[in-house]
Amino acid sequence: MPTAGLLLAGCAGPQSALDPGGDQAHALFSLFGLMLWVSGAIYAVVLAGLGWALWRAWRRRGTDARRDATLVGGVDARLDRTLPVVAGAIVLGLTVLITGSFFADRALFATRAAPALEVRVTGHQWWWRVQYRDRVSDGWIETANELHLPQGVTVRLVLNSADVIHSFWVPNVAGKLDMVPGRTNRLDVTARRPGWYRGQCAEFCGTQHAHMAFAVKVEPPAAFRAWLAAQAAPAAPAEGRGAAAFQATCAACHAIRGAGAAGRAGPDLTHVAARRTLAAGALTMTRGNLQGWIAQPKAIKPGTSMPAIPLTPADADAVATYLATLR
Amino acid sequence: MSVVAPRDVQVVGDLSGLPASASGVRHLVWWGNIGFMLIEGTGFALAAAAYLYLMTQQAPAWPPPGARPPDLSWGLVFTLGLLLSELPNLWVRRRALAKDARGVRVGVAAMAVLGLLLLIPRGYELAHLNTRWDSDAYGSVVWMLMVLHTSHVVTDWGDTAVQAAWLFTHEIGDDQFADVEDNANYWTFVVLTWLPIGAIVYGLARLW
Amino acid sequence: MIPDLDRRDRLSLTWRDPPGWWGFLTTVDHKRIAARYIVTALLLLFLAGLLALDMRWQLSWAENDRMGPQLYNESFSLHGSTMLFLVSVPAMEAMALWLVPLMLGQRNMAFPRLGAFSYWLYLGGVLTLWVAHALDVTPDLGWFEYPPLSGPNYAPGHRADIWAQMITFTEVAALCASVNVAATILKMRPPGMTLARMPVFLWAMLVASLMTILSMPAIMLVTSMLIADRLVSTHFFAPAANGDVLLFQHLFWFFGHPEVYIIFIPATGFVSSIVETFARRRLFGHHVLVLAILAIGCLAFGLWVHHMFAVGLPRLGNDFYTAASMAIAVPAGLQIFCWIATMATGRTWLATPMLWVLGFVATFVLGGLSGVMTASAALDLQLTDSYFVVAHFHYVLVGGAMFPLFGAFCYWYPKATGRMMSERWGRVAFALIVGGFNLGFAPMHLLGLMGMPRRVYTYPAGMGWEGLNQIATLGSAIAVAGGLVFVANALLSYWRGAPAGADPWGASTLEWAGESPSPPWNLAYTPVVDSLTPLWDSPVLRVMDGVAIERREVIVTSVVDAAPLYRQKSAAPSIWPVVAALAVTAMFLGSIFTPWAIAAGALPIAAALTGWFWPQRGRATTGPLRVRS
Ligand code: HEA
Ligand code: HEA
Ligand code: HEC
Ligand code: CUA
Ligand SMILES: [Cu+2]
Repeated sequence: MPTAGLLLAGCAGPQSALDPGGDQAHALFSLFGLMLWVSGAIYAVVLAGLGWALWRAWRRRGTDARRDATLVGGVDARLDRTLPVVAGAIVLGLTVLITGSFFADRALFATRAAPALEVRVTGHQWWWRVQYRDRVSDGWIETANELHLPQGVTVRLVLNSADVIHSFWVPNVAGKLDMVPGRTNRLDVTARRPGWYRGQCAEFCGTQHAHMAFAVKVEPPAAFRAWLAAQAAPAAPAEGRGAAAFQATCAACHAIRGAGAAGRAGPDLTHVAARRTLAAGALTMTRGNLQGWIAQPKAIKPGTSMPAIPLTPADADAVATYLATLR
Repeated sequence: MSVVAPRDVQVVGDLSGLPASASGVRHLVWWGNIGFMLIEGTGFALAAAAYLYLMTQQAPAWPPPGARPPDLSWGLVFTLGLLLSELPNLWVRRRALAKDARGVRVGVAAMAVLGLLLLIPRGYELAHLNTRWDSDAYGSVVWMLMVLHTSHVVTDWGDTAVQAAWLFTHEIGDDQFADVEDNANYWTFVVLTWLPIGAIVYGLARLW
Repeated sequence: MIPDLDRRDRLSLTWRDPPGWWGFLTTVDHKRIAARYIVTALLLLFLAGLLALDMRWQLSWAENDRMGPQLYNESFSLHGSTMLFLVSVPAMEAMALWLVPLMLGQRNMAFPRLGAFSYWLYLGGVLTLWVAHALDVTPDLGWFEYPPLSGPNYAPGHRADIWAQMITFTEVAALCASVNVAATILKMRPPGMTLARMPVFLWAMLVASLMTILSMPAIMLVTSMLIADRLVSTHFFAPAANGDVLLFQHLFWFFGHPEVYIIFIPATGFVSSIVETFARRRLFGHHVLVLAILAIGCLAFGLWVHHMFAVGLPRLGNDFYTAASMAIAVPAGLQIFCWIATMATGRTWLATPMLWVLGFVATFVLGGLSGVMTASAALDLQLTDSYFVVAHFHYVLVGGAMFPLFGAFCYWYPKATGRMMSERWGRVAFALIVGGFNLGFAPMHLLGLMGMPRRVYTYPAGMGWEGLNQIATLGSAIAVAGGLVFVANALLSYWRGAPAGADPWGASTLEWAGESPSPPWNLAYTPVVDSLTPLWDSPVLRVMDGVAIERREVIVTSVVDAAPLYRQKSAAPSIWPVVAALAVTAMFLGSIFTPWAIAAGALPIAAALTGWFWPQRGRATTGPLRVRS
């Protein structure tokens, strides 16, 4: 629907269903175009009918409308005959829409064989655990709050929840799918246009539902492979004051592979500084923001389950410096 | 066409010859009763649907490993007693329609006693469900069905007892015969709803 | 012949309420009860509207920190729960409670005390939610509280319990009201008003009542299960113990979807009445309108899954639910066509109530069309839980139900008060509300498509959402200002309005046959009906005499052809409905804290019900106790 595209061209953005950058989003965008046209036409007809009725009322304004009560005649017989026409037209319109919806539905789920890549995304209050299947070790490569997708490759996202219901949504790439505790949902996505997008939790999941976002990067397969390899690598061995303080206070909840920290309650921080955002999209990734977050997580994200850790200013500084090296 | 005064009237008939009461489907209260039965029947149906849903969706086995199905014996006693109670119940209903004051007094009192007696096997049934409401979802849903039905037995028993007390102490009029009839209908409803509920609680846990 | 004065005086003596407070508490007059319902609902509409404005203000700027997440979450939860459970449904019931006996020419509802009980229990629900809000135990999980978020592990405290019990209150109240309305319409139609001669309004109320009866048990069941999970550790929704979180959603929406048509169908009844009167001709396609209402009522029970397209159910069902949801467009479209055809072929007169109908058509159809878009299982994956859905449901709820309700308010206001509302201020309110509403909510469609999820208390800058949100706020503020004009008009007209007379609009149905406002006994005689538009067919009202004057009595007729069957005693004022409602309230509130409250609370309830139903008759002079008397 090129015209609809033109109409809505002003609505491009990193998180917009009107700016599709993947096959699934594209199928839905076309379906929306179809719906918009059909609905627009129907609405025009209804308004025209209303206008016609008002015009007739206005034309008769001279006659004393308040005099004769009933006025029924041959008109009703004629109107009766138009009823089936109206019903038929509605059914026809619906048929178009239902058929369009049917084909879009098929297109969404058209993936045949097992996709090349499987990514497990788990919703937590209020962040995302992201794990890539490691073909070599048959284990998982873990990161958080950032999803990388190889361009043109169909990826199977395996969606779970660790606590309450969340919903995985990257409008530019595909429609949403809920993450339901006790169930596993699978979403196949094929991203086409490289670039950064934004995803956001779409199911109300408590206090910080608004700050449960993540960054999505669509990149050529080679770049993607390089990124994944970097993620798979452990961090450099930990040393120094920051690493020690981290080990003492933060390792209970956070993992840093290669540095002996293996906590699971919070996001994996092995390559945290390589991410684009911090705390599920609440902040951009800078050293300053890292330090701010560590000092006052609840001021930035009221209700977050990361506690404010009483560190001496020097320790806090050292931890932030240390984390900023984890690229 | 604005009309200021209320309409003039032209009297074309007289209703004063109509009876001042009715029974069965003619009676207004009968319809109210049906309305409430419809509400509760829907509740039962949905609770049963919840049972089927949990049975087919989640559990690895039904009842889940570790739980035994409810013991049959007390269930059978209750079911049999309930079915038998329908005989005097229908008799009371007939007495009410026949406007037999003595009959409804005795009948309603007997039904109150029967209702109380039925609570005994029901108590044993609850004790032999072989699961607790807080052990897992199977236990929860079994208890939900049982509590739902038991609450109906209890409320209808209370209703019957109060009615019996009233009937023995007061002059009985047409409206009270209609009340007795409605109460009897309600007991029939309690009996009928037990059949599917009992079949689910006792049967599905064995057959699935 | 006009009803003579002596007859009126005797009727007034029979049907009057005791004076003062006692009369206030004991009344069973359906008009007084309905007025209470409407005033309470309007007040809540205002309060919930203020909450909405507050939310709009918060959302007008990115990263606005005027509200924290907790306050915002409470605001939309309270706004949505109030609007649906405490405003829309009760307002529609109130209109039925008030108009059904009038339109049937009856003196009261089938079960007058049940009507009073409904109101008191509804008030209990209102107070539960809003007093809890004052005490800072406001529910904060939306108008549907999905577990596990609302379960024992993630929602400590009593916020979720308050929500669940508020539902129980209002649903019991609504169920009682529905049984009452359905029994009245089925069994108390005036002689001659066969089903074929029943106005569309009554069909709408009948179908809405039946839908209530068949759908509300689902939500009572599911909120009880939620409370049990929270209070006595059952595991209905706990996957770790074989429970299933989606069971809640299925049961909730089995109710939740019919619920929106329980709100919408009465509105189509209002529209039908208004269109007939102001087009000054019999409704075109009466039978089509009735069939459409029935069709919507039936279809509504097969669509609940369209609220769950994104939960990952097996895809096989999707096409079915899509087609079934869209199929509603057929009856809805035919309704729209019949109304427009009636307007076009009548001598339409654009008084304020009719303006509201125009606003309704123009707005509701947009909402219906966006509903059809969300009904596509595929497309809904982009739309659900975004502002697109927020736009859809405000268009249908406000445009499809509130606008007709406002129209109905203006239309029947003279009947209720005996005075006319100002047409000029009525137009101003209309323009502000309809204009402001559309300005405010149209941009939300775009916001949703541009990725803004619902129920977020803030959003980052740079998403392109700020401007649209500001327009939305502006429009909403205009609409609420219009609401204030509307209310001011209603209040001032109560004292200053021109006297209305019995039938200011020259309408067709029986509620306009008597004087305005209606006396406690409504009509002096029982009307006889032989067409759909009895007041248009002859200048005098054909009636029957014979229903008692010295005691409260109503006439009961047969279900299909409304043949008179018998005269039924009608209940007198009684304190028991209030007492029973208080006892039930105590039990519901207690059960938030301990399951034993259910056992302990059952006794006062049983006592109150016994008092209520204890027939007032002489002691036995026959039978076994004869010796004692
Ligand atoms: C008065 C209330 C009301 C009404 C009348 C409707 C009417 C409709 N609704 Fe809506 N709906 C709600 C209230 C209402 N809804 C609410 C409150 C929610 C949100 C709950 C929440 O999540 O908080 C909701 C959500 C909702 C959803 C779920 C969205 C989601 O969460 O993802 C869906 C999906 O199918 C839907 C569909 C429809 C449809 C198909 C209609 C149809 O009945 C509309 C039919 C009418 C027309 C189509 C217009 C007239 C017809 C014509 C002019 C004929 C020609 C038309 C065609 C050929 C298309 N509604
Ligand atoms: C009938 C139902 C109804 C009505 C009338 C409204 C009216 C309004 N709603 Fe409501 N809304 C809901 C039902 C309703 N809403 C529901 C169910 C939700 C979902 C909640 C959830 O997610 O859980 C919701 C959610 C919701 C949100 C989304 C919150 C979120 O997801 O984060 C927003 C945001 O803008 C909003 C705004 C408004 C506004 C500005 C108005 C109005 O202000 C619109 C304009 C006003 C009028 C048309 C009325 C005018 C009349 C008066 C003011 C009368 C005054 C009376 C007296 C003085 C006595 N609503
Ligand atoms: C009780 C567990 C806990 C402790 C202890 C803890 N964290 Fe966290 N941390 C979390 C959780 C949970 C999150 C996710 C919060 C959110 O986004 O809402 C998080 C998020 C973070 C993030 C952002 C990660 C990302 O992907 O954006 C950083 C950085 C971080 N923590 C650093 C630390 C440091 C440094 C310490 C010690 C000084 C620490 N945490 C202690 C639980 C903890
Ligand atoms: Cu996670 Cu909303
Ligand atoms: Cu729906």
